[in-house]
Amino acid sequence: MAHFDPNARPFSHQWLNERLAIDTLKRVLSTEYWIPKNINFLWAMGMILAATFGILLISGIFLLMYYLPDTKQAFDSVNYTIMSEVGYGWLWRHMHGVAASVVFLIIYIHMFTGIYYGSYKRGRELIWLSGMLLFVTFSAEAFSGYMLPWGQMSYWAGMVITNLFSLGSLDLQGLVEWIRGDYVPGQAFLGRFFMLHVLLMPLIIMALIVLHFGTLRIPHVNNQDGEEIDFEAEAEKWKAGKRKESKVIPFNPVFLSKDVFVMGVYFIFYFYLVFYHFEFAMDPVNFDPADPLKTPPHIYPEWYFLWSYEILRPFPKDPGLIAFGFAQVIFFLLPFLDRSPNVAPASRRKPFRCWFWILLVDMIVLTIMGKLPPEGIYTTIGTVAAWVFILLWVALPFITKMEKPIRGAK
Amino acid sequence: MKELKVLAVVVFFTLVTYWGVEPYAHSVMHKHVEGHDFKYPDLKMPAGIKGNPENGKALAAACVGCHSIKSQNMPAPMDPVAASGAYGVNPPDLSNAGAIYSEKFLFDLMKNPAHAMKVEHKFKTKPHPMPPMAGDDQSAADLVAYFKSIAPKEVTPKEAYESACGRCHEMRYAKWTQIGEVPKTKMDIKTRTDIEALKFQEKLATYKQNLAKYMGKLPPDLSIIIRARSENFLETFVEDPQSQLPGTAMPRVGLTKEGYELVRKRLEEVGDPSKPKREKVGPIVLAYFAVFAFLAYLWYKSQWKDLK
Repeated sequence: MAHFDPNARPFSHQWLNERLAIDTLKRVLSTEYWIPKNINFLWAMGMILAATFGILLISGIFLLMYYLPDTKQAFDSVNYTIMSEVGYGWLWRHMHGVAASVVFLIIYIHMFTGIYYGSYKRGRELIWLSGMLLFVTFSAEAFSGYMLPWGQMSYWAGMVITNLFSLGSLDLQGLVEWIRGDYVPGQAFLGRFFMLHVLLMPLIIMALIVLHFGTLRIPHVNNQDGEEIDFEAEAEKWKAGKRKESKVIPFNPVFLSKDVFVMGVYFIFYFYLVFYHFEFAMDPVNFDPADPLKTPPHIYPEWYFLWSYEILRPFPKDPGLIAFGFAQVIFFLLPFLDRSPNVAPASRRKPFRCWFWILLVDMIVLTIMGKLPPEGIYTTIGTVAAWVFILLWVALPFITKMEKPIRGAK
Repeated sequence: MKELKVLAVVVFFTLVTYWGVEPYAHSVMHKHVEGHDFKYPDLKMPAGIKGNPENGKALAAACVGCHSIKSQNMPAPMDPVAASGAYGVNPPDLSNAGAIYSEKFLFDLMKNPAHAMKVEHKFKTKPHPMPPMAGDDQSAADLVAYFKSIAPKEVTPKEAYESACGRCHEMRYAKWTQIGEVPKTKMDIKTRTDIEALKFQEKLATYKQNLAKYMGKLPPDLSIIIRARSENFLETFVEDPQSQLPGTAMPRVGLTKEGYELVRKRLEEVGDPSKPKREKVGPIVLAYFAVFAFLAYLWYKSQWKDLK
């Protein structure tokens, strides 16, 4: 058995160290967790996501105290009880709604940063995959949360999305009813999505966040040049006091100081939205109570689902579903579809550079077309953009195969 | 600096996406209707005509056959439920009509109610429940002058809402029903039953049935309509419902700009009660994070000063 000093005062440093190895933990997770020096503010997006998730969790706990998961009372518990009767209930709700939208903006920035700098390549595949699992669970969390106010858009988006599970011509109405617990969204549906939103999904997300951090520890964070750094050697330099020569910095306090600064700027932006510009995150249609007898003229998901919705929409039923399924899983395969050994920013990888910017612009086009009514020119643009998306991914292995190795990449 | 360039790229693509899914998409989905500032250019009042309130008062004796003018101690001949049975909807109290409705609208209303309210499409084969009250321009002007002479100087947002909207539109977040405020009643402790409340609910249900029959469907509750519709929609819809929803059964109510402003205020204080608090707390929170970001910047600079 380990050695426990009988004279150590309870909860003293020594006492804790013997039992919890706090010095080792601090070293491994913080003061000697090495981060490359050559980074920009985009490397702070992970911490910003963690902070935003914290905001969602805390504001969610406050909302949970007054929310009633009952189809007859849900709407008023949100729009009256929380908004008018509970002290600062409006603040928690607006913080929750805005954070739910902004978290996806940051997720997309975080993802495209990873794609641009090649941070999913050999050694870092699990970072990418666990991140994609987080993207999927955040999507499920966002969708289930959107059901809870039981407004018109909750109801009809719930109807449309659960209908997808009939899988087109397979016409699996039984499966759809099994998911809903009823023929149409009703009490069983609301109760299930409530459970998913406040318990199961947050549990999975928290576990995945731990996994995501874990996958990062051994391969370390990428850097602006995709340079392969010998972290042990560079860490020795730092410890020897060569702060300038060393290519790495400790997570705490050096990297953290920049993270906290970026977070401060982010919070100004976030709270500006919370107080003065929250409408974009709270669709007006959802301020009409759910009415099963009245379909809204335009049904659209929140902005962060629009690009994949638009991949579903321009095609006939079955091909549309296949394209939609393709869009949902294809990002997972990125580390395996990219056949180039180069770990470098897209700007230095010739054909891939074009691929990256076309993908980004194409997804923005899909997002905008996904919101617009599917008529005339918008359908045409949407169809072309959906095909471009699919073809980009089909082309990826070929264009990355053609890429010339740079800087002695193997 | 490189980081600022990266930031500019991120901001640019974020703003393009925002513009596309918010202002642009909404401008495509919702037709924009130009309002007329509640001036009702389609309604005319002959120039040079001057109403005589004394004559109007005499003519108004006919009004109280259906309407109340409570400020002049003239009660309604029927209770709201019976009135809704007779007319479809409870005719409004006219005490503040001269204060919140447009003069041109009232003038036209005296002569041809369905025309003034733009509901002629509903009354092609049957008469409007309100008969024309004035055969000639002079008596119409006299009636308008009378209502203006008895109009109170101040109308509260709540009163304006109740007069102009409240007989068709419930507002449950303000405990308002089409037949008045929900009365405070007590439950009987032995039977756990509140008979008075149930009786009120029965009356309300009857009223709603009559109203739904008259309008085609029950008009919506307006508790948080301020957040469910855009400012432009609400304003132009109230000014002229047909401009936004052609064929709708909702009548033009003929509010003045000031009258609409009162109604809008009521919709806002019930539907968006946190607005004053938001405006108070917002600057404090932003200032806090500005200081936070500044201090964090100093920390960052001190940590990174000898790294390059």
